[in-house]
Amino acid sequence: MNTFRGFVVKEFRHIVRDRRTMVILIGMPLVQLALFGAALRNEIRETRVGVVGAVVDDVARGLAVRIDAAPQFEVVPLASPDEIEPAFRSGRVRQVAVFEPGFAERLARDGTADLQVITDATDPNTANTLLAYTSAIVASYQAELAAEGKIGGPAPAVGVRIVPEVRMRYNPELRSVVLFVPGLIALILMLVCALMTSITITREKELGTMEVLLVSPLRPAQILVGKVLPYLALSLVNVLTVLVVSRWAFDVPVRGSYALLFVEAALFTVCALSLGILISSRTSSQQVAMMIALAGLLMPTVLLSGFIFPVSSMPVPLQVVSHIVPAKWFLVIIRAIMIKGAGLEAFWKETLVLVGMTTFFLVAGIRSFKERLA
Amino acid sequence: MSGAREPVIAARDLTRRFGTFTAVDAISFDVAPGEILGFLGANGAGKTTAIRMLTGLLAPTSGTARVAGFDVYTQTEAIKRSIGYMSQRFSLYEDLTARENIRFYGGIYGLTNAAIREETAELAEKLDLGRALDQPIRSLPLGWRQKLAFSVAVLHRPAIVFLDEPTGGVDPVTRRQFWDLMYEEAASGVTVFVTTHYMDEAEYCDRVSIMVDGRIDALGTPGELKARFSADSIDEVFVRLARGRGVAAEASKRAGAPA
Amino acid sequence: MAASVVATELHKAYGSTVALGRVSFAVEPGELFGFVGPDGAGKTTLFRILVSLVVPDGGEARVDGLDPVRQYRELRRRLGYMPGRFSLYQDLSVEENLRFFATIFGTTIEAGYDLIREIYAQIEPFRDRRAGALSGGMKQKLALSCALVHRPKVLFLDEPTTGVDAVSRREFWDMLSRLRAEGITIVVSTPYMDEATRCDRVALIQEGSLLGVDTPAAIAASFDRPLLVVRTPRRLDALRVLRSYEHARSAWSFGEDLHYADTRDRVEPAEIARLLAGAGIPDAVVRPATAGIEDVFMDRMHGTAAPGAAA
Repeated sequence: MNTFRGFVVKEFRHIVRDRRTMVILIGMPLVQLALFGAALRNEIRETRVGVVGAVVDDVARGLAVRIDAAPQFEVVPLASPDEIEPAFRSGRVRQVAVFEPGFAERLARDGTADLQVITDATDPNTANTLLAYTSAIVASYQAELAAEGKIGGPAPAVGVRIVPEVRMRYNPELRSVVLFVPGLIALILMLVCALMTSITITREKELGTMEVLLVSPLRPAQILVGKVLPYLALSLVNVLTVLVVSRWAFDVPVRGSYALLFVEAALFTVCALSLGILISSRTSSQQVAMMIALAGLLMPTVLLSGFIFPVSSMPVPLQVVSHIVPAKWFLVIIRAIMIKGAGLEAFWKETLVLVGMTTFFLVAGIRSFKERLA
Repeated sequence: MSGAREPVIAARDLTRRFGTFTAVDAISFDVAPGEILGFLGANGAGKTTAIRMLTGLLAPTSGTARVAGFDVYTQTEAIKRSIGYMSQRFSLYEDLTARENIRFYGGIYGLTNAAIREETAELAEKLDLGRALDQPIRSLPLGWRQKLAFSVAVLHRPAIVFLDEPTGGVDPVTRRQFWDLMYEEAASGVTVFVTTHYMDEAEYCDRVSIMVDGRIDALGTPGELKARFSADSIDEVFVRLARGRGVAAEASKRAGAPA
Repeated sequence: MAASVVATELHKAYGSTVALGRVSFAVEPGELFGFVGPDGAGKTTLFRILVSLVVPDGGEARVDGLDPVRQYRELRRRLGYMPGRFSLYQDLSVEENLRFFATIFGTTIEAGYDLIREIYAQIEPFRDRRAGALSGGMKQKLALSCALVHRPKVLFLDEPTTGVDAVSRREFWDMLSRLRAEGITIVVSTPYMDEATRCDRVALIQEGSLLGVDTPAAIAASFDRPLLVVRTPRRLDALRVLRSYEHARSAWSFGEDLHYADTRDRVEPAEIARLLAGAGIPDAVVRPATAGIEDVFMDRMHGTAAPGAAA
């Protein structure tokens, strides 16, 4: 046990002595959080929305006022439908809401009225977001009207041709930072665990110290666990940092159980560590290990996990590939815990998949870590 | 030998400090064209720092030096064009073939394609490379690799070639063949500046300099040095100068300074 | 008492390259045994097989009575190993390195101190310095201390003196001589021929084969051709003349001198002096000499040398 403690102490020393890496490991989560949370968030601010036909109609005007009041939008009145085309083309507006003539009367009479929302889809992501915001505003206005009793009927509805976004139920303000934080945790864990582990093991191979370690009475498992344990600790510290900072700076809540969150994070961490071990067992230079970790692990974590692009909007072949990306499963779990406040019953399947993957990588990693040189 | 012609290296009080540690302490010497200078010293005596200053890689703290007629402070680019360099650790790209290495280094120094082709054929003949010319460097025996690395380092006919432990770990026969190559280059006017831990090789040099704790404690022909220290070999001279200095040097050294 | 290290027909090839070709030898307990040969001769492969890091393709080995292939767990407790490059953690201090290597062998610096005292005392003043900031000689001493701290029965040192200056090398061999007095079997490799004389016995190794195993004196004495030392300021010209002589076996530079070996059983120095004088080198001093390890090595190398290496 003393032997093992000595080993772990030495690993911690390596980490602490290497200031640059240390700064990266501790600072990276914060920088990433700032980037994704603030600078890169695809939240929309004061996008100009043209409104046609709301001038004389007080229900329509009420909606236009609420759209204008939302921080995302700024209403630009358009006199007639003829102005829509030029307004889009000149870039004066990104979205136009067209109220049908007699909007309020139809709503009062039929309980439904047409609102046509036209969006500039040059940038599809933004267009989707704009639509989502608008539909959220429409939905809340509709609820307001119903409460005031201004619309009657068994199924009061403002008939709008907008597909409601499912996520908005849990993220009513559609704040992208809430979605990014779980993805960010997955990314950081992958980076710290898989990348750093594979580098630290291959570094000993390059230095020649691995030869001495192998020739000592240390068992391979002791070497591996000793090497990865500090990174496991560091990763959980990073998870905590991200949660605290995102709560404090971006007001991102954790609705579910913290304990469950940490258990799942630890599971994913071990999964990433095993991948790191697997990579380093099969490579002998830091450079190769780094390239494999970056291309083989980080890119899929960013691109295929649903972190940035929803898995459901990917082409089918990529959806199939996404199943073997551990981060995809972890994202489902952690989003459920943080945003929905769900418990294990909601994602035991995903957890099982992660447990399976972890076991597989761990066994493969340890088996390919040789007690001898090639 | 020196003094007859304009020296190709002229150093005066050349000094380099790292913080409070003086790695090279006011060394002065001349090297004549076509001379082979053995640059000896214990580990940490300042050889590497001195070579880095002379090759334009490191600015001196004080003193002056001219290498191939160029100033080590202001004309480092011109110096780099006039010298060749080879070390035990790095010289050729291991994953490229001999031919590709020759082409690459020839290209760096601006040789024409025709000249590169000619040199390649000449080297293949001189070093008896045969089919090895088109094999990756890493598959060649160390001795060949070092001989080829030397030939590549002088491909562009530099005024001076710096050799940092070129024969480390090389078998005794190839080591001697390596020296034959050096003599050949020196005879054609190239100055050879060489470090080695083989003391018998020191005897092959025209002159030998021995650095101790950043200073040049002895400089002369092997015969002169042996006479001055009444020693039978340069090995004996070296041991007498350098013994016991290691710990003192270590103690005066600032932690973190390059060895 | 049984031999400390025994190798029987050890064989290892990497692809089509034979790293070690059916090598056999035995090292007695407490012996200081040297493998002398250039880089690429197979020394490192041999050491890695003996310390259980590489499994041989053929043949058998016993180290302290244990088979490195099957009994490697037990063997790893008993041996000390210093790989080719000084395998130290550059970012750890001198003391932290030593403490770490003591810990992984389940011991402490204090328990092993009397064995390493003499070596470690020289670096102890710098115990808080990072290993990366030490000079070559100091690193070498630290690496040796680390390999010794668990009191191994057999110590394997792979090229401990490569890249180290002549003075530090001498000091290192002095340390090894004293360690041998402690009863530790030491197996060491070196590319420096002159270091062979510091061993009890040496094996000359070249291209994966042993060129001979014996005491340094016996190896030197095995040079069976007459050897002359020639001293002249015109060394290169003299070499050319000697090599083209019809009875020449070899002629090589040896520091300030030339070594000339003849193919006949006897040769008079006067004959060679006359030969040189006839070629316009009148002032050569020629005298008989006894061969050294390097003479023998080069002589035996000839058959196996790489193409282009023949004189």
